[in-house]
Amino acid sequence: MKARSLLPGALLVLLVVAAALLSYLWTPFDVTTLNIRNKFASPDATHWLGTDHLGRDILSMLMVGARTSIAVALVAVGIGMGIGVPLGLLAAARAHSWLDELIMRGNDLVFAFPALLIAILITAVFGPGAINAIIAIGIFNIPVFARLTRGAAMSLWSREFVLAARVAGKGPLRISLEHLLPNITNLLVVQGTIQFSLGILAEAGLSYVGLGAQPPIPSWGRMLAESQTLISLAPHLALFPGLAIVITVLGLNLLGDGLRDWLDPRLRRER
Amino acid sequence: MLHYLLRRLGSLLATLLVASLIVFLVIEVVPGDPASYMLGMNAQPDTVAALRSELGLDKSGPARYLEWITGLVQGDFGQSYTYRTPVADMVADRLWISLPLALYALFLSTALAFPAGIWAASHRGGPADTTVMVLTQLGIAVPNFWFALLLVMLFAVNLGWFSAGGFAGWEGGLLAGLKSLTLPAISLALPQAAILTRVMRSSLLDVLGEDFMRTARAKGLSERQALLRHALRNAMIPVLTIMGLQFSFLIAGAIIIENVFFLPGLGRLIFQSIAQRDLIVVESVVMLLVFAVVMVTFLIDLAYAWVDPRLRQKRR
Repeated sequence: MKARSLLPGALLVLLVVAAALLSYLWTPFDVTTLNIRNKFASPDATHWLGTDHLGRDILSMLMVGARTSIAVALVAVGIGMGIGVPLGLLAAARAHSWLDELIMRGNDLVFAFPALLIAILITAVFGPGAINAIIAIGIFNIPVFARLTRGAAMSLWSREFVLAARVAGKGPLRISLEHLLPNITNLLVVQGTIQFSLGILAEAGLSYVGLGAQPPIPSWGRMLAESQTLISLAPHLALFPGLAIVITVLGLNLLGDGLRDWLDPRLRRER
Repeated sequence: MLHYLLRRLGSLLATLLVASLIVFLVIEVVPGDPASYMLGMNAQPDTVAALRSELGLDKSGPARYLEWITGLVQGDFGQSYTYRTPVADMVADRLWISLPLALYALFLSTALAFPAGIWAASHRGGPADTTVMVLTQLGIAVPNFWFALLLVMLFAVNLGWFSAGGFAGWEGGLLAGLKSLTLPAISLALPQAAILTRVMRSSLLDVLGEDFMRTARAKGLSERQALLRHALRNAMIPVLTIMGLQFSFLIAGAIIIENVFFLPGLGRLIFQSIAQRDLIVVESVVMLLVFAVVMVTFLIDLAYAWVDPRLRQKRR
């Protein structure tokens, strides 16, 4: 069984990342200048994906919007891993102690708040914006990684190589960092890809309801929100940002599946 | 069983208590005083002070928390700052839209996912299986609010079969109400159905390889009988888990979908209340949603323990 979804997934993700990076150097048109006379242009040779209600080039906006989506989701995964993995390792090293119990109950607590509710609460306090969207999605990622790490690390603690390390006099901290962490990296990479794609979806949802990146920063979710009232006038406005989200999320999911099959044949789900 | 029940009940209450404390503290630090917001820029200081004391905002933090939490337990959610009506009544009104919407979506996703998952698992590796897997991969990647926009474009704008938004109300009859919830429920159900189909399929495939399935076939059951009588029941635990987890996503998704279709449900209530600094409403609705999520998780845990006695012993 080959990791057959690895290549298409990687290609789709590469396409989006390349578009985002390219937008720093070049976009077909400037996204900050308005050209009202040319509003609602249908896709043609000049504007490949048409223009919006302010005459801005859709393709250029999608390219710049990709930056926002990727940045928000990536940093949110970073927060989730950066806090969740150490917590999980700690809980596993002190399994069934009060500390373990505290960490796991804390996880349950965060799970009780859907990500969007966290975002709404944060927005109510600090106002909407990309940074607050990152924090909201990041908080939601912490228990995901903490649980995964704890579960995987617990099963490793009883293995011979850990026993050998303990006999050699290494403490829980060094064992966790030198022996456990390298053994669960694959697992974390795969989960990271999945959380990344969930993050893209969450960011789009948040900016759709106005809680994400604020104007004039283009974001896919807000482009969709703006298109809604114009849907009978210019359907292409609602089509392309959605497709951009689908391509990104699909690419990441395929990449995650492919990575799992490729990195660890034992985890293969394809039966 | 009783011991297990009590322990789970204890941790349920602790979770709710801590969650309520967090919600209260977060809302407490919100900048902007509701009283001065309501009275506008030119309000006299003594008018603001009078309103503050009327709303109970001049009491200390712990006193207000205690008042709020004892009220919640008794079903009294306090008075809305903006509308001066009991929050409980506002919530009850909105619940008549949000709850049917969530249940409708849950019904649709289950009705779609169960047959599709069973079908894919029993034709594993074949073209049917591949088709289902490709479709679910797409279903997971489509954001529900975009799918909602596409549905509006097709069924409301082009075909004119449904209205593009708003709620007809239950007064016009059950069908009229359900009709205005149909497009929202479909868009909410799609991603959930895709996930559930995959879980159903992989859980069934796990079970199909078990010894008791071989026994069932050996004693003369057809493949179909063995699947429905033995495999399905044993494959239900992971499926139930995911359905429980999905409830949380359903609630979050409903907040956005209600905004797409301009449905006056709990989700819209939260957004309006934030805009109007009607914080007591935000507090109570958020707490209600958290309560719902925690309760569903609790009930699913109980369902496991009931199905599988081994789980009563130790949770991990």
